[in-house]
This record gives sequence, structure tokens and C-alpha cells, in this order.
Amino acid sequence: MLKDITLGQYFPGNTFIHRLDPRTKLLTVVIYIVAVFLAGGWGGYALLLLLAALAMAVAKLGPKTLLKGMKPVLFVILFTAVLNLFYAPGEPIWSFWILHITREGIRNAARMVLRIVLLISSTLMMTYTTSPMAITDGLESLLNPLKKLRFPVHELSMMMSIALRFIPTLIEETDKIMSAQKARGADFETGNLIEKARALLPLLVPLFVSAFRRADELAVAMESRCYHGGEGRTRMNELKMAGRDWLVLSGALLALLAVILLRIRGL
Amino acid sequence: MTPLIEIRDLSCTYSRGTPFELTALKKVNLSLYEGQFVGLIGHTGSGKSSLIQHLNGLLSPTEGKVYWRGTDVHSSKKLLHELRFHVGLVFQYPEYQLFEETVYQDIAFGPRNMGLSPEEMDGRVKEAAAFAGLSEDLLQKSPFELSGGQKRRAAIAGVIAMHPELLILDEPTAGLDPGGCREILDNLNDYHKKSGTSILMVSHSMEEVAAYADRILVLGEKTVKMDGSPREIFARAEELKAMGLNVPQVTDIAMRLRALGIDLPPVYTVEQAAEAILARKGGSTHA
Repeated sequence: MLKDITLGQYFPGNTFIHRLDPRTKLLTVVIYIVAVFLAGGWGGYALLLLLAALAMAVAKLGPKTLLKGMKPVLFVILFTAVLNLFYAPGEPIWSFWILHITREGIRNAARMVLRIVLLISSTLMMTYTTSPMAITDGLESLLNPLKKLRFPVHELSMMMSIALRFIPTLIEETDKIMSAQKARGADFETGNLIEKARALLPLLVPLFVSAFRRADELAVAMESRCYHGGEGRTRMNELKMAGRDWLVLSGALLALLAVILLRIRGL
Repeated sequence: MTPLIEIRDLSCTYSRGTPFELTALKKVNLSLYEGQFVGLIGHTGSGKSSLIQHLNGLLSPTEGKVYWRGTDVHSSKKLLHELRFHVGLVFQYPEYQLFEETVYQDIAFGPRNMGLSPEEMDGRVKEAAAFAGLSEDLLQKSPFELSGGQKRRAAIAGVIAMHPELLILDEPTAGLDPGGCREILDNLNDYHKKSGTSILMVSHSMEEVAAYADRILVLGEKTVKMDGSPREIFARAEELKAMGLNVPQVTDIAMRLRALGIDLPPVYTVEQAAEAILARKGGSTHA
């Protein structure tokens, strides 16, 4: 069923990583991603892999959870691996018809797969341990300097939190309307592409109508509570950087430095 | 007599094998017969919605079987598809499913999916609109121009137009004003009497169920707790209250009067209560 779709699902918990400030986690992920792209040799990858495993253990996330989150991009990973495997120049060590596998090919494929896996697992680890609301709060706070350039930071983050808040609601609604139309004999599964697109009409029209109705109601509810944008708005939970946040951030920067040094040494 | 629909040992579990596993129904046994007007009551989360979606094949049972006129509905895909038309299901707040340009076309959506001829469709749409209490001048309007109550009627007409043998309604009066509630229920009762269609109505209101149903099912603890005529069910007021449900107000009043020593028979509609009190009064003036 549609309900089974998870979009960056958050697993509530109270580990060291859960308690970190969302800004710390966002910045650490950015630093980590830069490091993944800068890493040159196996030494750098080994270090990054070790750090990811450490974070996973601290956050008490099983490898199973991470693998499940990686399922949607499995195709991309496989595709990259195959492409890199067959399309690298060099001395072939195995040939069949027009397919050649070279030592470089194997190395490239392994490196690309490792890169993608590290990128995805680091972002997954952030969304698994940070609630969507905390992520938007963190983003708003990090983007704050852009306000000087008249960039609508508050509006953007408000839009993000509203969108996140309504994803499950709309999924539930879609489920309900789908059942109601199925009960009237609607068929969403069979037929060619055009028939299938036409069959979606009885689902999309009511869904849009109700989304607009909800938006209207939400706007009224917000205005009746005196919402007037970000100007002078205070927060119930102020974001505060604690000692552990500075610790993690400096650790991340150190790791980045180490990766760069390893690259210079050719490791 | 073969029941219209029969449920044997039905269990329903959502998200099986995950930490979110949730049992909605457990070992439900139930038979519905032709010509009945059945009321289904139970507090929120007692599995009413899950149960009715098994009756038209939208959900398939985790365990147990559903039989339509003696045949297992999951034995063939064809029967499962036809079951949607045999068992008409009107969801809660059905007005949110309207989508066509005109009310007429929307009511015709079900019959069109059945593959009927345009003439037959036309007849059914007009007949269903009349049963649902929609006047003919509304048929060419956009469904989004109608009032809340009219939209509800249009949605109900859309299911009636499929000529189901069993019509299931999930809280058809939720969110309507008392006048609107009574009108819709009277229309449904009229339809039930004239067409002979069996009706299963889910409701929170004991008064509604008492006034229209000839059989009441009470869901509790994920299964059918009570099954009987309104008289039998409302005689078990204490059990109902223990389940977080209630009896009709007038039944409650009669019970309290009885506790005070006034001899009244058990009643469950205002009309019955009036009759009983008049009869008693008549008796006492003669004495």
C-alpha cells in the first residue's frame, strides 16, 4: 500500500547523535560529502568507512535499516558499477565478445559504488536521527545570513515544514479516495498508458480539490493565530550549540584534513 | 437460506511482521441475509471500517474466508471484480470522491465501469438521483457547486446507481445537521423498502440505529460482541456502557423510570416510549 512509502523516515531515539544540534548534523554531512569526493586512495576511503560505522554504532542503527533505505537507489548503484566495470581503458584481464574487464575497471567500479554508498548512508543517518522539523529549523538558522541578500529564508523553511507535515496526510487521503473509486469499479491497474492516465483522473481531481481546501483552512488557522511571517517571531525550542556539537564539528574538520593529507601522500 | 454474504473466522492484521503490526479484526463470524437493514455500531478503532472493506473485496482477509452467495470471493478475479458492484460501499464523507464535470456524469461513473449501455445508464442515474433525494435540475450542475448535504446525496446516488444487492454506508450522516440526517436516512429507508436492497449502516448514533435497523451488530475488542434485534441489544445496556457505548437516550430514561418503580416496557424509539407512557397513563386514569 501507499502508506509503506517512507521519505527520509525518522527513528526517534535518545543517543549522542540524536541529541546533536541539527545544524551540527547538517554541516557534518556536508563536510563528510566533501571528504568523500576528495578522497583519492584506499586509505581515505577506509577512514571514511570507519567513521560511518562509528556513527552508525553510536546512533544504534542496524545495517539492515540503512540497507532498506538504500533500496530505491539500488538500480543507480548497479548501473554505475556495470558502466564503470566495462568502460575503462587498460589491459583487459577478461574478455567476451565486445565486453572487456580491466583492472582499472574493477577499481573504478568499486570506488564509485563505495562513494555512492557512503554519500547515501551519511545523509540517511542524518534523516534517521533528526526529526523533519529539526532539519528545517537547522536549515533556516544556517541560511540566516542570506536574509541580508533579501532571500526569503523564513518563508522557504515554513514552506518546507508545511510540505513535510502534509506528506503523510496526503498519502492517507490518496489511499482513501483510491478505495472509494475502486468501490465504484474504477480500475487503476490494467490498460495501456493512455487508459491508465485517464483512470487517474477520478483520483487526482478530488485529491487536488482537497489539497486546496486544506491549504485554505491552514491559512485561516495560521492567520487567526496572528501568524505574519518571520519578523519578530520567537521559538519555543531555541537551537543551542553545546560542547558535544563543537566536538563533533572539529572532529569532522579533522577528518577532512586527514583525507586531504592522505590524498597528497597518494594513499 | 444461503446468506447474501458470509464471513468465517475472519482476521485482519495490518503491516504484518513489522514493528507497526496492528490487529484490526480477530475471528469474526457473520452472515447477512437478503432484505435486512443492519446497523453496525462500535466505538472508534473497533474495526468497523476494516470489516466493511472486506465485504466488497477491497481488503483481503489475513485469515478466514468471505463468501458471496456461498462462493469464496477470492476464488476468482472475475467474482472479486463483480463483487464491487454486488456490494456497494459508500465511504465516510463520500462527497470528497466527486470528480466529474456534472453531477449526472459522476453518478454515471459506477454504471459506466460496469459497461452498461447509455440508455440503461441514463435510467439508472435518474432513478438513483430520485432515491437519494436529488432533484433533477441539480444533475447538470458541477458537483462542486452543490451544498454539503447535496454533495453527500450525489455520492450516495453514485453507489445506488450500480444496483448493489447489499448497500453499505459508513456513517452516512456524519457532519450533517439533524434535519439533513433525518432526510438522508428516510430516503435510504424508502430505498430499502422499495427496492428490497439489503443495507448495512455503520453509525455512532444509537438513536439512528434504533429507529431504522431491524438487526444490530455490536463490534468490540476486534470482533462481533453482540448480534440481535434492537430490543435484544438495548436490553443489555450495562454491557454496552462497559464497552464505551450507550443506549438511545429514551431507552435510558425508561430504564431510570423503571428503577424508580414506574412500570414501563423496554423501549428504544421516542414513538414507542410515547405509546408506552400513554398506555400506562390511560391505565392509571381508568383505575
